[in-house]
Amino acid sequence: MSSTKDPNPQELSPKEQRGFSRRGFIQGIGVSGAVTPALLEQEAAAQTTTPAGVEGPSAVPITLTINGKPAKLNVEPRVTLLDALRNRLNLTGAKRVCDRGTCGACTVIMDGKAVYACSVLAIDAQGKQITTIEGFAMQGNQPHPLVAAFVEHDAQQCGYCTPGFVVAAKDFLDHHPSPTYDQVKEGLGGNLCRCGTYVGVRKAVLDASKTMKAGKGVKHG
Amino acid sequence: MAENVAWPPLSSRKVIGQSYRRLDGIEKASGRAKYNSDLIKPGQLWASIVSSPHAHAKVKSVDLSAAEQMPGVKGIEVVSPAGTEIQWAGTEIAFVAAESEEQARDAARAVKVEYEVLEHFVQDEDPKKVGSRLKAAGEKIEGDPEKAFKEAEVVIDGYYAIPALAHCCLEPHGNLIDWNGGKVEYNPSTQAVTSIQGDLARQLSVPAANVHVHMDYIGGGFGSKFQADRWGIASAAISKKTGRPVKVFLERSEEVVIAGVRPSAYAKIKLGASKDGTITAWESDSWASGGITGGGSPPLPYVFTKIANQRLTHNAVALNTAPIRAWRAPNHPQASFLTCSAMEDMAAKLNMDPLDFFIKNAALTTRPDTYIRQLKKAAEMAEWKKNWRPRGQSGSGPLKRGLGIGVGTWNGLGHASSCRTNIHPDGSVEVELGSQDLGTGTRTAIAQVAAETFGLKHTDIKVKIGDTAYPPSGTSGGSTTIGGVSTSTLKSTVAARQKLFDVAASALNVQPDQLEAVGGKIQVKGNATKGLTWKAACQKLGVTPISVTAENNPRTLRQEKLADGGTGGVQIADVTVDIETGVVKMNKMVAVQDCGLIVNPRLAESQVLGACIMMICGALMEERIADQVTGQVLNADMEFYKLAGIKDIGEIEVHMEVDPENDARGVIGLGEPPTIPGIAAISNAVANAVGKRVPRVPFTPDHVLAALYGDGRNS
Repeated sequence: MSSTKDPNPQELSPKEQRGFSRRGFIQGIGVSGAVTPALLEQEAAAQTTTPAGVEGPSAVPITLTINGKPAKLNVEPRVTLLDALRNRLNLTGAKRVCDRGTCGACTVIMDGKAVYACSVLAIDAQGKQITTIEGFAMQGNQPHPLVAAFVEHDAQQCGYCTPGFVVAAKDFLDHHPSPTYDQVKEGLGGNLCRCGTYVGVRKAVLDASKTMKAGKGVKHG
Repeated sequence: MAENVAWPPLSSRKVIGQSYRRLDGIEKASGRAKYNSDLIKPGQLWASIVSSPHAHAKVKSVDLSAAEQMPGVKGIEVVSPAGTEIQWAGTEIAFVAAESEEQARDAARAVKVEYEVLEHFVQDEDPKKVGSRLKAAGEKIEGDPEKAFKEAEVVIDGYYAIPALAHCCLEPHGNLIDWNGGKVEYNPSTQAVTSIQGDLARQLSVPAANVHVHMDYIGGGFGSKFQADRWGIASAAISKKTGRPVKVFLERSEEVVIAGVRPSAYAKIKLGASKDGTITAWESDSWASGGITGGGSPPLPYVFTKIANQRLTHNAVALNTAPIRAWRAPNHPQASFLTCSAMEDMAAKLNMDPLDFFIKNAALTTRPDTYIRQLKKAAEMAEWKKNWRPRGQSGSGPLKRGLGIGVGTWNGLGHASSCRTNIHPDGSVEVELGSQDLGTGTRTAIAQVAAETFGLKHTDIKVKIGDTAYPPSGTSGGSTTIGGVSTSTLKSTVAARQKLFDVAASALNVQPDQLEAVGGKIQVKGNATKGLTWKAACQKLGVTPISVTAENNPRTLRQEKLADGGTGGVQIADVTVDIETGVVKMNKMVAVQDCGLIVNPRLAESQVLGACIMMICGALMEERIADQVTGQVLNADMEFYKLAGIKDIGEIEVHMEVDPENDARGVIGLGEPPTIPGIAAISNAVANAVGKRVPRVPFTPDHVLAALYGDGRNS
């Protein structure tokens, strides 16, 4: 917000004040208040590894751990995890729909928790285990039980919300392996669909919970 | 070429009519499916839009000097130069392309536009305030309405309002485009793979043959994605100038405002009836807007068209808001809401059960038998007799339960479609159409039709769509796709099969007309021992594949009994309203849907379920809110442009009227029909629950409470 445009030095720690360009950095890109703490954290981390450096606003090298593998890329500090995945790493299963943390189409799992990738900065996702739909949807040609169940119950039409739903459902079942019907309705409330596939999604998630517990895939053919 | 063909008889079908899983299901659910918004080409630029914040203004100047100096900027295309009159907020002024999306956004912000701000008008509900923006669309009189109202034993007077909605496709509008050396590679998100080629070519002044369109998947369209649009033309121009591919997809804030609006509809309706419940007179004064050119015009009275005495006026309101685009069943959900709400109000005044009232007046429709059958079936599914109470008699607590009825009709039929079938000597089969699968299951349905003809499995068929290299097929609008592609596929595959029969016949020493294709074999009819496997028959082709292109004739589909339109549908909503908070909760929605020959019941049912859910969104949450002070849309995001979530929809039960009589009509599209009755049904359920008409959609707490405790008209 406007306060970040002219930060009061008194509010900054001595270490933060030391960086001559950090005020300029914040002023230069006019970041929002919500973004600032993440940037500070990142800057502090960067300073320990590159003592002379102050990062941004231009692209900085970062490493993300995606689906168990490191991915090195250069991004501006303001780039979201979603845009890093889609625009830089060609991982396009996560979709950009609302871009404001409402619809869930960009859901990924970060350190065992479902997050909206549009609302996480890429630099802030360093050091975290990130699982995208690409990381688990297929084992070779075999679909994950959730993917198979979504197809079986026709829980998709245009399909644009579907990968986000599948990721959210995986995270939900990771934490609630034996959900009730009502828990499914509650637990997947963070994803929106425009074609109207919720009836199928409810059935698919319940069905997949059973096959996953039994250690079997949903039969597909 | 194409001989007379017919659908195989119901009893002998093996593949058509099976509930196979959609063929592209795994691709989509696993995230592997590549939508055009997912594509990145080497060297591509990213474009961002400079939009007008003013709803009505004249562009005085566009200064690009600062933007051109921004890092990464490669090309800027001004589409609204100085002198342009802007008629809605969000109008594109310029497109800025840069090496990265972030740079493009930065540079777009650096474009300086000066405006002469003019007076705007963006709200259409109050006709008194509309003034000169009102354009009379005429008056229609049937019978003697004046006399009929004088003689009517019961008269009701109502006001009903349904606002503009946004399509809010999850995949925004946009494209990737590469105009290089006279050729244009075009990857749009479109409902019209074939016709968008010509649309773009005309606007770029290049031969259509030089434009190649490709799209494998589309993330929602609902009627809003038929044209190349300004972003297509502007990004093409930048691509030509820079020699680089350019990608432009709208931000959500742009998508909601400029890329799809369903027109509003408002009406004062007067009904006259006799005491036994027969409607004798209709009077309506309606108005609607669809942006600066006017627009929306609900067909009234809806479905109950044969009311003997009618007087109607309609006005189009010109607003400084983005133009309307077709929205599933254009004007019908609005017309159904207006008509069915007035009817339920009349039933309440007559102290008559609305179910009986709708049944009694089914004689005023063009298909009384269908509606009476459907009303009874829907009532049975909703347990109407058990659950319905007269209006305002839903108990003494704050939670009031109500049931309501809505009806709909849609035509459909099939669009012009051409299909090429290739049978290769190795036995593989391709079926190619310049069509698109909106998520309705078009790919799967095509495969089933082809497999039926060839006696193969549907997974044996390679369906190729979404490319202008394939024969032309119509736009996916108006529920015409299945009627189009299934009939061209039938004609093409039957003709290709005939060629294979000709080859196989000489090998088997029989006449071609003695052969059939069943169970993976070409064999003498009824004699499995005398034949060739499919593969062996195809090997007889030598080195030359069979390739047959055939087209349907959209004008004769009905008489050929290949496709039809003219469906009826009834839905009943069951809701609970908390009259202290105004919150409406869906208990259940039941849908009875008339249909034709169903190619895939699972996918057909998905269309109806999805339509019901979309209408729940429309009835309870959606409204594009335009602000008269700023002229802007206030809820141009998905936080405040609300869609229902998985918990908000209650239970939904669908009954498809699959029977031999309907089957004999041929295929009928289901994209529009089930989207029509839902809002009407929910409107009537809410009125039934709270004991009073809530005149304004959506039935949000503020609108419900305003009706209950305010002036009853508006919040």
